Amino acid sequence: MQSNAALEYDYSVAKLFTYTTILFGFLGMLIGTLIASQLAFPELNYLLGEYGTFSRLRPMHTNIVIFGFTLSGIWATFYYVGQRTLKVSMAESKFLMFIGKLHFWLYFFGALVAVVTLLMGISASKEYAEFEWPVDVVIVLVWVLWGISIFGLIGIRREKSLYISLWYYIACFLGIAMLYLFNNMEVPTYFVSGGIGSIFHSVSMYSGTNDALVQWWYGHNAVAFGFTVPIVAMIYYYLPKESGQAVYSYKLSLLSFWGLMFVYLWAGSHHVLWSTVPDWMQTMGSIFSVVLILPSWGSAINMLLTMKGEWNQLTENPLIKFMVLASTFYMLSTLEGPIQAVKSVNAIAHFTDWIPGHVHDGVLGWVVFMIMAALFHMAPRMFKREIYSKKLMEAQFWLQTTAVVLYFTSMWIAGITQGMMWRAVDEYGNLMYSFIDTVAVLHPYYTIRTLAGVLYLVGFLMFAFNMVKTMTASRKLEEEPQFRSPMAA
Amino acid sequence: MFHWLEKNPFLFSVGVFLVIAFAGLVEILPNFAEASRPVVGLKPYTVLELAGKEVYKKDHCIACHSQLIRPFKAETDRYGQYSLSGEYAYDRPFLWGSKRTGPDLHRVGNYRTTDWHENHMWDPKSVVPQSIMPAYQHMFTNIADIDTAYAEALTVKTVFDTPYDTPNGVKLGTLDEAKAAALEEAKAIAADMKNQDVKDAVANGQIPEIVAIIAYLNRLK
Repeated sequence: MQSNAALEYDYSVAKLFTYTTILFGFLGMLIGTLIASQLAFPELNYLLGEYGTFSRLRPMHTNIVIFGFTLSGIWATFYYVGQRTLKVSMAESKFLMFIGKLHFWLYFFGALVAVVTLLMGISASKEYAEFEWPVDVVIVLVWVLWGISIFGLIGIRREKSLYISLWYYIACFLGIAMLYLFNNMEVPTYFVSGGIGSIFHSVSMYSGTNDALVQWWYGHNAVAFGFTVPIVAMIYYYLPKESGQAVYSYKLSLLSFWGLMFVYLWAGSHHVLWSTVPDWMQTMGSIFSVVLILPSWGSAINMLLTMKGEWNQLTENPLIKFMVLASTFYMLSTLEGPIQAVKSVNAIAHFTDWIPGHVHDGVLGWVVFMIMAALFHMAPRMFKREIYSKKLMEAQFWLQTTAVVLYFTSMWIAGITQGMMWRAVDEYGNLMYSFIDTVAVLHPYYTIRTLAGVLYLVGFLMFAFNMVKTMTASRKLEEEPQFRSPMAA
Repeated sequence: MFHWLEKNPFLFSVGVFLVIAFAGLVEILPNFAEASRPVVGLKPYTVLELAGKEVYKKDHCIACHSQLIRPFKAETDRYGQYSLSGEYAYDRPFLWGSKRTGPDLHRVGNYRTTDWHENHMWDPKSVVPQSIMPAYQHMFTNIADIDTAYAEALTVKTVFDTPYDTPNGVKLGTLDEAKAAALEEAKAIAADMKNQDVKDAVANGQIPEIVAIIAYLNRLK
């Protein structure tokens, strides 16, 4: 096949991951809304016996959102963007097709095992690395399969230059591989003790402060390479494609990419400020967190300027609206993070609800918005039908935007209130509040957050409905749309 | 400018990897040996305490409780002496947590007692009326996994030289010896408890999760 002949891309793997993105997105947000309501209304802890407490469900929420929804979204888009930017179809290689499908099914199997083990309470109890070693092994295999897919596709590519999005996908692959392997170094006790006790159990290779350091080097950068890097990969592809605009600046992309790669890893220690980690590491974490504003905003500004002179599209095309708002929330979140990483601010913010507030303006406003926009953009191309409803998409947009704003404003107030109350002293220097006073005061904010969760979840159901209808009932398209995605009113 | 690199996926990937790995090498490696040195007099966990730590992990207490007292007056007034690195030397994994929906627990053994924990785990509102913590009544019937706790102790002793079986230290011994020792410890705790089912279980040689986790929480000082 000649390079300028029209290529028929094969989206079978991308479609599979699209389904799981929607499935895990719904599950993760449902559990998230449930645990948010448990903090406001504790009676809701008893719906599922010992399996339904806040503490047992919280890792389910985080892991389903990270390893279920986001990873699925990353792979749905990779198996779409990869083929198109490399100008090669998966159908051309039986081997890569097999690897792609194996990648999906092993991942799906691993996800089921992961959910069951977490529900049973089999947990290493390191945040976002709760899975015990057998699940870790499956995850590593899944990751290797993705690596084969990436470099296999690159190996048979027609377009010699790697597009910006691929830089970010490669960085995601390498970064998570390194972080995940090192943080999950653990010794299975069953084998060392000669067959005593549970086969799932293991102990961390690192202890105490070292374990904390490795964990937050991982935890922070799992966010970097899971919630930032691949999402930037998406926006660099989908925003220019949907708007028909060229990326504003190649040099700015270059600066932002290499800057992000170099700076991000240093910032991990801002999660352990004022802890027993050596002071110089804490200071490095703070400083590099502030430096991190530059490459983060570099990407975001590059995307916003890509829309230069074309802002009318914002009113005409809800998909552009999703992506521009995602970019804006990325800027908000990457400014907020460094503020929290300043040591004096962190003294108040750490351990409070301001932290989940920060996480959620990033994840709900940036990650989920961008992944939904990407799926909406791909749907007419993968399923050869127009998007089912523009009105529904508009309504979803405003509902979810309201939800995100309610979420982070309530958590800002909750976090700063609690942080200030913990340290408040009376005229004699005695603590003014007992701990429980600082919990009781949060009830209204927890209630607002619950409402935000419900609104966001309803918005996501509207998205899922719109997608399913697009796949099954929408008007068929004769030929592939070039830029703006066609949608029924 | 870098177009040549973007046409060479291998060099590109190596470049990216070096750039992202650099920070970890500089920031994490140098301090490893020093930070894991135990404070003087620190003893490893007994098998029952380890079983309790497993319950703590299983029910994921770190979702709401920290074990890290920061060096501020407001924290030392509330929770006691600020935390030292060497106190965590035998913690695999570390359990600092990142959120205080409930209070810090690093020195909870100094100011809470067995009977307080028993009441609190059965019904938190009975001791803290405004509490939003769920009750953990299943801990009173689930049996703690002493075998796995022993396997963990044996593993850290073998692989990381954690000082078990030293003079005046914590004795580990064989599995049977360790189980007998854990049961003795459990009996002492059950004696301070009022729940008849728990007392009966311990008398029959079984250790409910609640006994193990109280042993662990009492040890946090």
